[in-house]
Amino acid sequence: MTRGSDEPGAGVGTRRPLVPSGSRYGETVIRGLLFLCAALSVVITMGIVLSMIGPTISFLGQVPIGEFLTGTTWAPSFATPSFGVLPIVVGTGIILVVSLTVAIPVGLLSAIYLSEYASPKVRRVIKPALEVLEGIPTVAIGLFAFWFLHPLIKNLFPFLGDWRSPFSVGVAGVAVGLLIVPLVASIADDAMRAVPRALREGAYALGSGKLAVSLRVVFPAAISGIVAAIVLAGSRAVGETMVVLIAAGAGNPRLSFDLTEGVQTMTAYIAGRATGDIPVGTLAYDTLFAVGTLLFTATLILNTIAIRFVRRFRELYD
Amino acid sequence: MPPTATPRRVRRAAEGARSATMAALTARTRRGRATSTAFLGIMLVGLSFALVGLLSLIVFMFVEGGGRLSWTLLTEGPSTINPGGAGYRPAILGTLWVISGVIMLIVPLGVGSAIYLERYASKDRWWNRLIELNIQNLAGVPSIVFGILGLAFVARGPLGLGFVAIAGSITVAMLVLPTVILAAREAIKAVPSSISDGAMALGATQWQTTRRQVLPIALPGILTGVILAVARAIGEAAPLLLVGAVNFITFDPTFTSRYTTLPVLIYNYSTRPQEEFRVLAAAGVIIMLVLVLAMNSVAVWLRNHFETKYREH
Repeated sequence: MTRGSDEPGAGVGTRRPLVPSGSRYGETVIRGLLFLCAALSVVITMGIVLSMIGPTISFLGQVPIGEFLTGTTWAPSFATPSFGVLPIVVGTGIILVVSLTVAIPVGLLSAIYLSEYASPKVRRVIKPALEVLEGIPTVAIGLFAFWFLHPLIKNLFPFLGDWRSPFSVGVAGVAVGLLIVPLVASIADDAMRAVPRALREGAYALGSGKLAVSLRVVFPAAISGIVAAIVLAGSRAVGETMVVLIAAGAGNPRLSFDLTEGVQTMTAYIAGRATGDIPVGTLAYDTLFAVGTLLFTATLILNTIAIRFVRRFRELYD
Repeated sequence: MPPTATPRRVRRAAEGARSATMAALTARTRRGRATSTAFLGIMLVGLSFALVGLLSLIVFMFVEGGGRLSWTLLTEGPSTINPGGAGYRPAILGTLWVISGVIMLIVPLGVGSAIYLERYASKDRWWNRLIELNIQNLAGVPSIVFGILGLAFVARGPLGLGFVAIAGSITVAMLVLPTVILAAREAIKAVPSSISDGAMALGATQWQTTRRQVLPIALPGILTGVILAVARAIGEAAPLLLVGAVNFITFDPTFTSRYTTLPVLIYNYSTRPQEEFRVLAAAGVIIMLVLVLAMNSVAVWLRNHFETKYREH
């Protein structure tokens, strides 16, 4: 290996990093600038936390945290306001459950097919097609759900409920599911492709068929990556706004598990309420931030779990 | 032991074992074949669910809004009275302003961060690990939270820019920045170390190596990441609702004026009860889909093109 240092006799027998010994001012300046770019992301996160902390504290000064977290009536803009966040948390929860019910089987089946069964030719077509699905603006998916999926599902499953409302949390959940399928499929596919060939070949050598290799060898070996995919998709579903706002409606917070009716979620509340001008410092303004803090915390926890799982599957086979 | 001296009964045993194994294996595969086929079927159903969903979305929007496609859609402003003659002109211009601001911000910042993390940062330092973890986490923060940040920090608060296009740019740029950083890092990581080691061995400094050797090779990958981020930024509506894009404006916006964007105006139209607005919104979705899908296809093509080219060397 060549040495970067040009000092005579430098580093005999030791390995030095490939960096010139005389450091230049320009290099230091560039290094500093690049560091600032990278550090900006930390500043953004701090900005998020700082911007939310003040109004949230001010909110909690007026509404006790117990009432906020366990109250069952969400009516922040009524004459006698009520700040029980449970209805919109449950709304978010229903969206999460329905969307994962759609996305886990569809996404994982697609991933197994792409990673174990599909020929390179088929893969080259399907993988980009899924990525295109990921790129569709969420407004479009929301409108599609509201105008197309809602009547379709209503006609296919009339027995699910009375379908009186033009909004439906079930339909919105299915649409969010469709939205997160590519995420599940692509991360799970990556995880399964990272499983070493030798494991597969060993199983084949013992006489296993493709099905057994896929489901009993590759799938368990990639499980931490697959879990990460699901958790990340869940975090995405919790934070999804436009689809939920359009297809589940934003006006009707209620604590109910009826899939055929509209419901308000945390994101839909923020987006529906925050359109433009709300006077700073009012309780309505602070409420946005309190809900935002809850949402941020929830997704932060999910992301941290997912990152941990991703790291585990990376470390296993590298 | 000489190889020819295999006793007869050993050979018989081996034969028997082999036939038993073969019998077991063939029986197994035959039995498994039905399940295998069934599973293949289930997989294809799952996969087609996603692809059919995508296809029916596109077809549906064309059926719904296709009749409204004309130049007036692009050249006319919004109207509450005359939806039949209304269009998206201010929204399209607003989108262009917001996006150009986003590009100006994310290219230097995103690529700079990626270069720092891949070429300069030592993984032993806690602050570098913090930055890395932070970017991963930031990538998963819901877009509406960036809207809150934009509302509190950019439109009001410390920056106090007001509800103008540039506030939208900054908000969306913060949202897509992690995407750019992660993609650019992958692209820089993929540059063979022999190339940078070679440059360093000839006495080039870290920055000279990065600028003249690493970045040109990583460029297609970085470009792909930027295009994907911009495509996402174009379709983003939720955070912009909080930083003023809901204005129903009829003039041509500029960088520092009130503004609206394509997805926000589509949402705005779709909430109106009249049938014509629904058609208008669907036609707007077609414009947006064409724009976004074209950008995505370019990104995917770029990546595939340069991936294969690189392998051939």
